[in-house]
Amino acid sequence: MAITATVAITGMNAKPDNPGPGLAVARCLREDPEFQGRIIGLSYDALDPGLYLEEYCDAAYLLPYPSAGDQALMDQLQHIQTQERVDVLIPCLDAELPGMVRLRPALEEMGLRTFLPDGEQLRLRNKDRLPELAEMAGIQCPEIKPVTQAGFFYQCQEEGWSYPLVVKGVFYDARIAHTADEAAEAFRKIAAEWGYPVLVQRLIQGEEYNLTAVGDGKGSLLGPVMMKKMAVTDKGKAWAGISIDDQALLGASESLARAIQWRGPLEVEVMRDTQGNYNLIEINPRFPAWIYLSKGVGRNLPMALLRLALGEEPGEFPDSRAGTLFIRHAQENIVPLAEFEAIVTRGERRTGAAAPTSDTRLQSPDNSQQK
Amino acid sequence: MSSENIPETKPDPLPSVDTLRRLAVSESGFVFDPSTGHNFTVNETGVTLLRLLQKGLRLDQLLTALAEEYDGDPREMERDVLEFAGQLREHVGA
Repeated sequence: MAITATVAITGMNAKPDNPGPGLAVARCLREDPEFQGRIIGLSYDALDPGLYLEEYCDAAYLLPYPSAGDQALMDQLQHIQTQERVDVLIPCLDAELPGMVRLRPALEEMGLRTFLPDGEQLRLRNKDRLPELAEMAGIQCPEIKPVTQAGFFYQCQEEGWSYPLVVKGVFYDARIAHTADEAAEAFRKIAAEWGYPVLVQRLIQGEEYNLTAVGDGKGSLLGPVMMKKMAVTDKGKAWAGISIDDQALLGASESLARAIQWRGPLEVEVMRDTQGNYNLIEINPRFPAWIYLSKGVGRNLPMALLRLALGEEPGEFPDSRAGTLFIRHAQENIVPLAEFEAIVTRGERRTGAAAPTSDTRLQSPDNSQQK
Repeated sequence: MSSENIPETKPDPLPSVDTLRRLAVSESGFVFDPSTGHNFTVNETGVTLLRLLQKGLRLDQLLTALAEEYDGDPREMERDVLEFAGQLREHVGA
C-alpha cells in the first residue's frame, strides 16, 4: 500500500570519509515505488551535503546541536512541525539518540511518530556495557574499560593490558594505538571532541562483519542484512562492501536482540578472529551509512521501519541476495548561493521558498562599473 | 596415555564438502563464498576440480575422474590436487 507520510530524517552529513546514514535512509525511501510522501532532511551544519539534494529531500532544516539542550531542540522541531506537518521522525545519529528517546512522549504529543528503543534498552548497548550484554547473549566480547586520565596508558601493562589496543569515544571514533604515546594522543583528541569517559578496548585481530536489521521490540530481528567491508576510508568506514549470508553472525545478532528486546533500527559490528570466533565490537542504535545495500538486496529496511512507525506491518522480506556489492563514490553537487544563504541565515531550505532575502547575485567590480 | 594407544588417523586433505557446496562457482572461474564475502579466481582445471569436490568425491575418486579427462602422471596429478586443496583451505578456511 502506498505511503504518503511526511518523514523527517536526521544525519544528512554525507561526508566521504565518515558519512552519516541520513541521506542513505532518504534514498531508500525515495526510490521505493510505494513511497509517495515527502522527505525533510535535518542536520546540524550548513555544509552537510544532504541538505541541498532536492532529489532526496523536499525541504531541509538545521537543528541546534545537542549541547544547546532539549528545549532548543523542541522549539526547532515545533517550528518544523508547523511548516511541514511531519508524521514520522527517523533519527540517524548515535549522539542524538539519548535525547530523542527521552523526549519521545513530547515528540509524540507534537504528532511526530518514531520507532525507537526505550532508555534502558539504549543504555544496555552502551559501549562500556557491551561485555555484560555479550555475556547475556552468549557471545565473546573484548574487554572494555572507561579511562579518564591519559596516565592510564603508561601503566596499563601492569593491569594486564598490552599494545596494540583500541581507544574509543563514547559515541564516535576509534583509533588503534601501538604505544603508550599513541594511546595518550588518541585519548586527548577523542576526549576533546566527544568528552569523557574515553574507552579502551582490547584489539581483536581478524575481519570485520556487520549486520543491520530492525528490532521489533519483542525480541525478533526483522529483515537482517549482513555485509563484509571490502574497502575502507582512512577512518575505517566502508567504501565498498558485499552482502553475505552468515548463519553464525545472524544467530549471534538474534541472541543480542532477544537479550535486549531491541526496538528500532540497529547495526551489529563483530570481528571474526583467526579462530573463527565472533567478538562483539559495537551495537549502534540506528541504521548504518551503508543501509542502501538493504534496498540493493531486496530488503528495504527504512521502508519497513517507516511502516512500523505508522503502526503497519513491516511487509515481507525476500531472501537477501548474498554477493551484492556496493561501491561508494564522491561527486560534487552544485548549490545556488541563494540556497546556501537560506540554510545559513534561516536554517531552512523549502521547495519553492529558497528565494534570497537579499540580492545575492555576485558581480565583479568590472561588471558593476559597466552597469 | 602412551602414543602407541593413539589410533593413527590422517587428516582429510580436502576441504569439507559442506564448506565447498556453499561456494558460488562461475564458468569464468570466479568463486564467491557467501558466508565470508571472500572471493578468488581459479583456472579452467580449477573449476573442474571444484565442481567435482562439491559433488563430495573422495581423493581416490577425484583422481580417477581426473585421469579420465586429463593425460598425465598420476603421482604428479595427486600432488597438484593436494596443492590445490591446500590453497582452497586457505581461501575458504576449512
